[in-house]
Amino acid sequence: MSTETNNTPQVVAPRTLFEKVWQQHVVAEPAGEPTILYIDLQLVHEVTSPQAFDGLRLAGRKLRRPDRHIATVDHNVPTTSVQDRLVIADQISNAQVNALRKNCAEFGIEFFDVQAAEQGIVHMIGPELGATKPGMTIVCGDSHTSTHGAFGALAFGIGTSEVEHVMATQTLPQSKPKTFRINVEGELPYGVTAKDIILDIIGRIGTDGATGYVVEYAGSAIRALSMEGRMTICNMSIEAGARAGMIAPDETTFNYLKGRRFVPKGEAWDLAVQNWASLVSDEGATFDRELHIDATKLAPSVTWGTSPGMVTTIDSTVPSIDDAPSEADKKSFSRALEYMDLKPGTKIEDINVDAVFLGSCTNARIEDLRAAAKIVDGYHVATTVRAMVVPGSQSVKHQAEEEGLDLVFKSAGFEWREPGCSMCLGMNPDILQPGERCASTSNRNFEGRQGRGGRTHLLSPAMAAAAAITGHLTDVRNWKFHSKVS
Amino acid sequence: MTPINIITSIAAPLPFPNIDTDQIIPKQFLKRIERTGYGDFLFFDWRYDLETPDHVSERKDFVLNKPEYKGAEILIAEKNFGCGSSREHAAWAINQYGFRAVIAPSFADIFFSNAGKNGIILCRLTDDEVATLLKLCTENPQHKLTINLEAQTVTDEQGFSAHFDMDPFRKHCLLNGLDDIGLTLLHEDELDSYETKHNEEFWVAPKALTTT
Ligand code: SF4
Repeated sequence: MSTETNNTPQVVAPRTLFEKVWQQHVVAEPAGEPTILYIDLQLVHEVTSPQAFDGLRLAGRKLRRPDRHIATVDHNVPTTSVQDRLVIADQISNAQVNALRKNCAEFGIEFFDVQAAEQGIVHMIGPELGATKPGMTIVCGDSHTSTHGAFGALAFGIGTSEVEHVMATQTLPQSKPKTFRINVEGELPYGVTAKDIILDIIGRIGTDGATGYVVEYAGSAIRALSMEGRMTICNMSIEAGARAGMIAPDETTFNYLKGRRFVPKGEAWDLAVQNWASLVSDEGATFDRELHIDATKLAPSVTWGTSPGMVTTIDSTVPSIDDAPSEADKKSFSRALEYMDLKPGTKIEDINVDAVFLGSCTNARIEDLRAAAKIVDGYHVATTVRAMVVPGSQSVKHQAEEEGLDLVFKSAGFEWREPGCSMCLGMNPDILQPGERCASTSNRNFEGRQGRGGRTHLLSPAMAAAAAITGHLTDVRNWKFHSKVS
Repeated sequence: MTPINIITSIAAPLPFPNIDTDQIIPKQFLKRIERTGYGDFLFFDWRYDLETPDHVSERKDFVLNKPEYKGAEILIAEKNFGCGSSREHAAWAINQYGFRAVIAPSFADIFFSNAGKNGIILCRLTDDEVATLLKLCTENPQHKLTINLEAQTVTDEQGFSAHFDMDPFRKHCLLNGLDDIGLTLLHEDELDSYETKHNEEFWVAPKALTTT
C-alpha cells in the first residue's frame, strides 16, 4: 500500500522531492496538453472564492470533493475586537464574509468562522490543523499558498478560475515547472533568522529569479530551522517568482504534526511517517538550477524599496540608482527612492518609522511572537510609533496569552489584536496613512500595499520589535535585553 | 470565453518593470463578490488622485488618462509584469478595461495563467523588441500594432515584426475560446479510477484520522 517505499523499483533514476510528489498526483497526461494533476486539498477564503462558487452554480456543476476543502475568513475581518468581527461595519466586507458562510453551507465545506477556535490566516490553519501534510498537493486562491511547501507538500497559489476548476474536478491542468535547489549551508549568525535568509535570497536572484521553477530549500541551515522558520521561507518563495517552495520533511516536520487534528493516529501514523520519510530528493537527482548560500555570512535584512528584491542589510545604507542591476531597474530604483522618500547613502539604521506591524502569514506564529516579546520585555514603544501585534490565528493568540506574551506587548504599548491578515494588505480598516512609514514582518512592500501612500520596510519579528522601541530601524544584534524570560 | 485571434490597435506604454497586482488593482476592490465591473479600477492608485475619500480625479499625466491612448487594446510593459498576488481581479480589470493583449519581456506565473483563462493574449518579446515598441508607441500614440495569435507575431505597418512563443495548448484554447473545466471532464474516467486508488492513500488525505 505504500507507493514510495515498497512498490517503486530500485532501478528508477534518482528523483527530486518535487518529482516524487508530482508523479504521485498525475491523473492523465493527454498528448499536447498540460498534465492533469490531482489536488489533495483546497483552502478557501472569502476574497477569491465567491466568483468561483457562482461559476459552479451557473454551470450547474457540483463540488466534487467537499471533504478536500477547508474554509476560513482572514483577509477582510476586522482585528480590533470580537464585537467588530461578529458585526462587520463595512457592508461590502460583510457581504463577502456572508457569501462564504452561505457557500460553505450550500456546498458542504467545513468552515472556520470568525470566532472559531480554529480560525486564522488560511496559511496558518492548514498546518495547525494537520490538514497540511508531506507529499500532498495543496492549492488556494492566494499566492502565499507556497507556505505549505515547508512540509514537503507541493503547494501553490491559483486564480479564481482555477479555484472553480478544482471545485469542479479536484484537479488542475498544469505544465510541469522546472526545479531549482537553493542550498543554505552553515550556522546562522546571532540575530539572523529565517526571514533574513529568504530576504537575502530574493535580493540575490530578484523578484522574477525563480519564475517557472519550484524551489527546494536544502542545506544544514534549513534543516536546523523549526517548522515556523521553514514556513517563513517557503511563504516568500512567491516573492522570488517561484511557482512553489518545498522543504523535505524530517523529524522536525513529524514532531510538529504528531497529534494534530487531521493527522493519522496510532498505526496509521507510523505508516504515514514511513511514507513521508521517503519524500527527499535522491542522491544524484538533478535540478535545472542550483544556488549555494553561505549562511554564516548573512546579516539581518531590511527592504528599502517597493519590491521585496530591493533589500539590504541593517548595517548598510540606502543604495543609489547606480547600484541597480539593469537599466530597467534604474527606473524602478529611482521611482522607489522617491516613493519611499529616501536619499541614497542614508544609514538604514537612521530611518525612522511611524508604525510597526507584527503579523501576517509570514511571521505571526508563536515563535515569531516569542522572539519579538523577548526584545520588547522591559521596554516601551517609542512615543512616535504606533505598534500592533496581530497573531496569525486563534490558536497562536491563545498560546501567546497562556505564555503571558500579550501582557509583555500590551504593557510595552503595543496593540494586541484579533487574528487575521490585517495590515499585511489593509483590506480591513488596519491601514497606513499616506506618507506613514512602517516596519512590517509581512511579505510585500509594494506601493500602497499597507495603505495608499504608505511606506513599508520588511524585516524579521525581532527587528520589527526593536524598531518599535527605538522608533527607527535597529540592528537587533546589538540589542540589550531587559527580558527576564529566556 | 470568446475566441480571439487578431488584434490591431494602438498600444499604451507603461515603461516599468515588476508591475505588481496591487498596482493593477488595489485591494479595496477585491471585496466585491462579482466578476465584472473592475475596468474602472484598473491601475487605480496611478490613475486617480484621491481628493476626498469619495471623490477622485484623473491624473492627467498617467498614460491611460491621455486622450490619445483611449481605446488602446494593447498594453506594453517591462519585465515581470503581474507579479504579486494571485488575484484574478487583475486579469478581470485589464480585460474589462478593454485590453486584449499585454506585451512584455516576462510575466509572473499566476498572472500568466489567470490572463489565459480570461482570453488575454500575453506576448513575451525580447527586451530589445519591447524597448523598441515602447519607444514607438510613446513617440507616436497613433502607432498601430497587430498581434496575430495564429502566427504568433507582433507587427506594424512600418516593418516591425517579432515572434512570440506560446504553448500550443494555450493557443488552441484562446483561438477557440475553450472552457478548461470542460476539457478536464473529458478525462473523467481516468479521474474516477485515479481517485479510487488515491482515496486509499490516507497519508495525503487532508482529513484522514486513522485507517483502523
Ligand atoms: S497575511 Fe498577507 S500575504 Fe498572508 S494571506 Fe493574508 S494578505 Fe495574503
